Formats: sequence, structure tokens, C-alpha cells
Amino acid sequence: MNLKRMFKQNGNGTAGANGAVIHMNDITKIYDTGKIKVEALRGIDLAVKQGEFVAIVGPSGSGKSTLMNLIGCLDTPTGGDYRLRGEQVSGLGRDQLADIRNRRIGFVFQNFNLLPQISAFENVEMPLLFGGVSRKRRRARVTELMEKVNLADRMHHKPTELSGGQMQRVAIARALAMDPDIILADEPTGNLDTSSGTDILSLFEDLWRQGTTMLIITHDPAMAKRAQRTVEIRDGLVN
Amino acid sequence: MTGLIRILQLFARSSSAQGKRAVLTIAAIAWGTLALLLMLAFGEGMKISLYRGSQGMGSNLAIMWPGETSLIFEGLPSGRPVRPRIEDIELLKKRVEGHAGISGEMHNGGVVLETDYGTRTARVIGATHDYGEIRNHIPQIGGRFLNETDQRLRRRTIFLGNELAVDLFGEEDPVGRQVMLNKTPYTVVGVIIYKVMMGNYGGMESDHAVIPITTYKAQFGRDRLSHVVVKAADPARIDELVSQVHRVLGSKYMFDPEDPAVFSTWDTVEGTQTTTNMMLGIQLFLGVIGALTLLVGGVGVANIMYAVVKERTREIGVKMALGARPSWITGPIVLEGLAYTLVGGLLGVLMAVGLIALLDMIPTKGNDVLELMGKPTLSIWIGIGSAAVLGIIGLLSGYFPARRAAAIDPAETLRYE
Ligand SMILES: Nc1ncnc2c1ncn2[C@@H]1O[C@H](COP(=O)(O)OP(=O)(O)O)[C@@H](O)[C@H]1O
Ligand SMILES: [Mg+2]
Repeated sequence: MNLKRMFKQNGNGTAGANGAVIHMNDITKIYDTGKIKVEALRGIDLAVKQGEFVAIVGPSGSGKSTLMNLIGCLDTPTGGDYRLRGEQVSGLGRDQLADIRNRRIGFVFQNFNLLPQISAFENVEMPLLFGGVSRKRRRARVTELMEKVNLADRMHHKPTELSGGQMQRVAIARALAMDPDIILADEPTGNLDTSSGTDILSLFEDLWRQGTTMLIITHDPAMAKRAQRTVEIRDGLVN
Repeated sequence: MTGLIRILQLFARSSSAQGKRAVLTIAAIAWGTLALLLMLAFGEGMKISLYRGSQGMGSNLAIMWPGETSLIFEGLPSGRPVRPRIEDIELLKKRVEGHAGISGEMHNGGVVLETDYGTRTARVIGATHDYGEIRNHIPQIGGRFLNETDQRLRRRTIFLGNELAVDLFGEEDPVGRQVMLNKTPYTVVGVIIYKVMMGNYGGMESDHAVIPITTYKAQFGRDRLSHVVVKAADPARIDELVSQVHRVLGSKYMFDPEDPAVFSTWDTVEGTQTTTNMMLGIQLFLGVIGALTLLVGGVGVANIMYAVVKERTREIGVKMALGARPSWITGPIVLEGLAYTLVGGLLGVLMAVGLIALLDMIPTKGNDVLELMGKPTLSIWIGIGSAAVLGIIGLLSGYFPARRAAAIDPAETLRYE
């Protein structure tokens, strides 16, 4: 099933300049809470190539999550230049940003962020629904993904009926649903016991071997070691 | 288009709110709708009854009382009384254009009427035969009003007010029976139907009797009219008709047609207009009260939707991260608010229709207060107006919470400490 062709009618499908999926230049982010201004990012340069597995490490409060939000178009930078597959992101409208998140980004969170009222199946289906995929194709795609993360038998369970590791696998299936350009994971094993964490790590490795581009924020040295490349953030700057 | 489908799809999937709160909110809307509809229906019923009452006397009339001149005219002094005669009615009918009937009346307020059953002192009116039509003196079944032959032959025929008829004949049918009028025998030809009256002059119609104007002249030896009644074909031209009467009678009785004092005129067209304006005011007032009650319900819906948005903040943030456009978030919320409002509204409409049908079964005839209030009535305009108010309140009660949802910052919501 060639999902790239299915979902990305308007995407160019190829990497932009220098083959980079992500290209950031002098990105800054200042949180203005009224009283105080927090300079979370102070000039980040970052490039992630197609098929890379990058780990982002750094102490708590250094700006890792902020960086991920900017890459994922959940937030906009205060300054600097950000291109996703060569396409300028700043200046896009809310609908266009939503579409980018839907088609090009797959998020994995530390606390899973599954919707508790609906089944695993429906959680994975959600991005496909936003992407306007037909019911038949949604069904096929969700089934395929649930098999991929080894949860075909838990498809119709609610998240509360699953273990932490299983929940994170559902979340990964959801992140993969629209076959995004990149998977962004913010401390994906932070809430898991060691053995579940190892499971998730090997799942990521499998995905990477199959060609998925990955950017993972982690505190886990084991995970950082498996990555092709490690980027360390300190005080809002790449170290 | 696809956006709308997406919104409907998502709306169908959105978990609906907390049962108990939803039920209470729907009940509040139903109550508000009921209040609005009842208010408007009572207003409408009152309007109909007032209108009917004002029409009871006859519509588009000018009633003109002769008085004295107040202006010097062609060397004649002011202060001269003007008293048109019976023959002037024919003159006016010929010379005034655009009338739908002209009649004259003569009144005698203290006439003794006597039958075997009882004696009454009542007002007796001498009038031309078309008075029945002009002044809405509709006979009960089995009787008739005075006719042209009665007038020409100066017959001693009499038409009775319905209450007067009861005083003189009890429960029996008076038609064809005799009444002694100042000791002279008259034959009853008809009794007026029961009417709800709002405006009046010269006493209640239910309590007076009418005889042919010619007979009146013979009986009482007078031929000066107490007043002239003009009915306009077109209510908008009533003033012009009154001026024509001034001109015709002015040249005969030598007074200035512009002299305002010669006739005091009561114009029922103006009265009808006043009634209409007053009713519009009352209905507006009732409508606003009803709409405010409904608004309270709307605030309830908005509140429940605010709570829903607050509860689903994380869910909304997740959906945004997964690529939901803002309108796919807000659309289902607006629809949900609208759905509560419309369900409540529908319940309210059903209750209102049922209640009004029940009220309709209560007899009002004979009870003055209920009669004046009229029957609460729903009209197409009430329906359209209430639907519009409901729709607007429904949309607003969803719109504001939806706006708050759209303002949710996904990055902020999904932050994990
Ligand atoms: N929404 C926000 N408003 C204000 N300050 C923020 C906000 N988000 C993050 N920060 C601040 O920005 C800095 C970087 O935070 P974050 O990116 O979450 O760090 P990390 O993920 O590396 O722990 C911290 O000092 C944090 O307090
Ligand atoms: Mg963080």
C-alpha cells in the first residue's frame, strides 16, 4: 500500500534542499508570560535527513520539548527559519498547519495522550478521519498498523484496559497512521518500566530500519546509544 | 463541503455530555420556550379579542355629534347651534363621495318599555334602516333588523338589545311579540346577537332598543339628529369623508366647513390604529420577557458547553496535534449546543401546544375577564419568531464555548511536567 501517494497529493514527497526533512536555522523561542520572559530556545540550528534516527538529550528545562513543539508545528518560533521538506512553515495559516500535523508529523508523547473514551482502534483511526480517508481504507490501515505494533488482539480495548507499554504502542500506531515524514517522540519511555521501555525501543528500531525518520527526546542512555546521532541541548542552545 | 461532512462525522462521534446536566439544561430550554410561546400566545389571543371588540361597533366609522359654531361665518355670529335633520341623511348620501353607508340617529334615554313579563326604562334609538349594517347590529337567528319598508311606512317595529330582551321576555323568544313603548304597542322584529364590545357611545348596545327613524319622529315629535354615522369604504380616507360632511352641511346650515367645534367626531379607524399599536407594544413586551426566560436557558446550554470544553481540553489538544482543523473542533461543539437547544425547544413547543389546546377547552363566554383576555392563540408569526429566537440562542450558546475551544493552545495542553 503506497500511502505516500495516497495521502500526499500536494506534498512533493522528496526531501528538500540538502535532502533534509527538517531544516532549522537560528530558531529562537521566547515565552512571554506577562511578568517574565523565558528564553527557551536561543538560536538552534538543526538538520535531520531523510531516514535518520536522531536522539535529543539534555537536562530538564533545557528546551527539548519546546523544540519538539516547534518541529511539530504545534507552536511557532519567535525567530529564525524553519523548513519542513524544504517548505517554509512560518506564515502558514491554522488550517495549513493542522494539515501539516496530520500528514507529515507523527507525535508520540511521554504520557501517551490516547483518548480514554474510545477504543484503541478508534484512537488509531483518528488521524485518518482528519485526513479524509474513506471508511474502508481506514479499517484496512488501522488493522495493518495494529498488527505492526503487535496489538491486533487488543484492537477493541479501551486504553484504560491496556498496560503502559501497550498504550504507547497504540500511540505509535496512531503516529504512523498517515505515514508521516517524521516521528517526533518526547521521552516515549519516560513513563514505562524497563522491559516495556525495551519493547518500545526495539519497535522504534524496527521502524527506523523500515525507513522511518525519527527524532526522539530521551533521558534513557540506552536509547541515545542506539540512535545514529545524538544532539545535546543546553540552555536553549545546541551543545 | 468536505469540511461540513467532517464536522458532522466528528459530531456523530463526540461523546455527549453528562446525562444529568444535559437533562437539566434541556429542561431549562423547554421551560424558556414554553414561557415564550405562552406569552406570545396570550398576547395574540388578547389582540384578537380586542380587535374583535373594537370591530363590534362596526368598522371604519366616523361618529359625528353636532354642537355649536365657534367661528364667525359670512356675518353670522359664533355660538349658533347646528342641528341636522332626518332629511339631511339623504342629502349626505347623495353628495358625499366614497362612503359605504351614512346613517343618522336620534336618542331618547328614558323610555319606559313594558311587557307582561317586566318593565324597564331604557334608551330608544331612532335610526335609518341601514344602521343595522353600519353599526353591526346583527340579529339573532329567527329575527331581523329594521328594514326599508318599516321606515317608509313608519311601522311600529322595534329591535332589542339582547339583555334588554331578557329583561322584557325572560327566556322566551321575543320575535313577533309586543312591547309597550310609552304606552304605545310595538312589535319586536329581532334581537341583537351577543357581542364583545370595547368601544362604545350612548350606552351598551345590549341594553338599548332601535325603532325606525320615521316612527321615532312620529312618536317623540322630533326630527333633529343626535348624531350622524359615516362609514368609509376605504379607512385611509375617513378624514376626507368627514370634511365632505362639513362642507355639505356647512353650506346648508351656514357655518365654516373648517370650524372644528360644529361636530365632535369619533373616528373608530384611529381607535383601531391605537389598539393595534398598543397590542404591538404589549406583544413586544411579552415576547421580550419570554425571550429572556429562554435566554436564561441558553446561558445554561452555554455553561454546559463551557464545562464540556474544559473537560475535553486535553482531548481537543490531542485532536489538534493529530491534525484537526480548528473548524473541526468548533463545529461539533456548536452543533452540540444547537442540538440541546433544539431538543429543549421542541419539548417546549409540544408542551405549549398541549397547554394551549387545554386552555381552549375552558369556556370563557360570560366571564368578562376571560373574555377580554381572549384565548391564547399560536400564529404562524409566533412560530417563525420563536424558531428564530431559539435558533439564534442555540447558535450563540454553542458559539462562545466553541470559540474558547478554538483558542486552546495544543502545545500548552500537551505539556507534561
Ligand atoms: N508555555 C510556557 N510558558 C512559559 N515557559 C515555558 C513554557 N513552556 C516551557 N517553558 C519554559 O521553557 C523552558 C524549556 O522548557 P521545556 O522545553 O519544556 O524543557 P525540557 O523539555 O527540556 O525539559 C523551561 O524553563 C520552561 O519552564
Ligand atoms: Mg520536556
